Amino acid sequence: MSELLRIEGLRKSFGREEVLRGIDLALAEHEVVCLIGASGSGKSTLLRCVNLLEPIDEGRIFLKGEELTARGVDVNRLRRRVGIVFQAFNLFPHMSVLRNVTLGPTKALGLPRKAAEERADELLARFGLADKRDEYPDRLSGGQQQRVAIVRALAMRPELLLLDEVTSALDPELVGEVLALIRELAQGGMTMLIATHEMSFARETADRVCFLDGGAILEEGPPDRIFSAPTEARTRRFLQRIVAAGRL
Amino acid sequence: MIAVVVVSSPGWPEVKRAFFDPDRFTGSFPDLARAFLLNVRIFLIAEAIILVTALVVAVMRSLPGPVFFPLRALGVAYADFFRGVPTILVIYLFGFGVPALGIAGIPRSPLVWAVVALVLVYTAYVSEVYRAGIESVHPSQEAAARSLGLTRFQALRHVVLPQAVRRVVPPLLNDFIGLQKDTALVALIGPVEAFRQSQIKVAATFNFTPYLATALLFILLTIPLARLTDWLVARDRRRQLAGRSP
Repeated sequence: MSELLRIEGLRKSFGREEVLRGIDLALAEHEVVCLIGASGSGKSTLLRCVNLLEPIDEGRIFLKGEELTARGVDVNRLRRRVGIVFQAFNLFPHMSVLRNVTLGPTKALGLPRKAAEERADELLARFGLADKRDEYPDRLSGGQQQRVAIVRALAMRPELLLLDEVTSALDPELVGEVLALIRELAQGGMTMLIATHEMSFARETADRVCFLDGGAILEEGPPDRIFSAPTEARTRRFLQRIVAAGRL
Repeated sequence: MIAVVVVSSPGWPEVKRAFFDPDRFTGSFPDLARAFLLNVRIFLIAEAIILVTALVVAVMRSLPGPVFFPLRALGVAYADFFRGVPTILVIYLFGFGVPALGIAGIPRSPLVWAVVALVLVYTAYVSEVYRAGIESVHPSQEAAARSLGLTRFQALRHVVLPQAVRRVVPPLLNDFIGLQKDTALVALIGPVEAFRQSQIKVAATFNFTPYLATALLFILLTIPLARLTDWLVARDRRRQLAGRSP
């Protein structure tokens, strides 16, 4: 398998607080990697850095060998190759579902409106949202909104999809429909970097799990090993807290 | 109660004769209405220009990062100056000052420069309204747009501004009501608009009824805009409530 994403020595501070302290991580094509760890461990920041939504302080990020963090690169062009889905959906409330999904392809990719709409309709149908195409986001449930947000990212045909705690803002009964969609994407071969608190989901879907602690990857490996035989004491404590909270 | 006090006051018969003369009212009304068309022209032209210039100033002030500091500073200086100086002074300075410069190729009509003065003053007010709207759009909206590969300008154009403008329509119309009234200030440098026309008629007859007729004209124009503003506010509130219910 060829390498899709490589992160080297990534550091990021907000003011005096260092949020990422030297992250090294590589993803192969079609690989699904889950980032777990307590709130504030740097998962979201890492994803935002990969999408160049946050300027980084140190380190380098490569997408298929091309350095994203090099001086003078066209960030808009590179962002089109990487999709991100946010915890709070961030759909555009003044646009219909269809417009939400076609905005990127028409404006950033320069696709004709008709082609963009065909692409959107196909994706919406595939994920059970065909009847919502003309609705506005505030008429949809949280689970539907998040599925639309995923479709919006997919419409750009990204090489890599970043998912930032996409189920954390959802009512418990709506989590399942979103996770099912992500599982389907994983089976379809989508390369994904997923920050999540859904441990059983991570366990069954991820090829690899990284435990982040204090802005560094403390431990990584296949999910079975991380969840059943973590070597680091802090990973064990984190997982015990999760079990105690009834989330695993 | 107030009406009773006014009507029973010792000066009332005199005031009634001077301000509420029905014959003079109907007699002066056509001339005043004609002059009022100039007010209407002034504010229609000014409003169309202000909608654009204020947006430009507001966007200038919202640009992030050290690169855009000079533009931001310029926007701040502009808004501070024109909101600080009384409108009447700005109209005097431009209406009398600029034509007096005698520069070739620029209009010499005080009227044109009075309109420019109104545009400059109200652009400062309306740009603040726009800016409040832009700042009320959560940064995550821009992040979502940029993450799709849209440029900063595209994100502004398609995602931030449409939401910002929608939110500020009521306060914006409120500023325009102020502008409509302030078109009367143009009279002070010469052009015969409704207020000036009523002054002329008052001076000729020593009867103040034309002032009342002019006031009525302004009110007739303001009421539809005020009701439209109310309606838009109510509609937005209804929409928000509808959006929050599951």
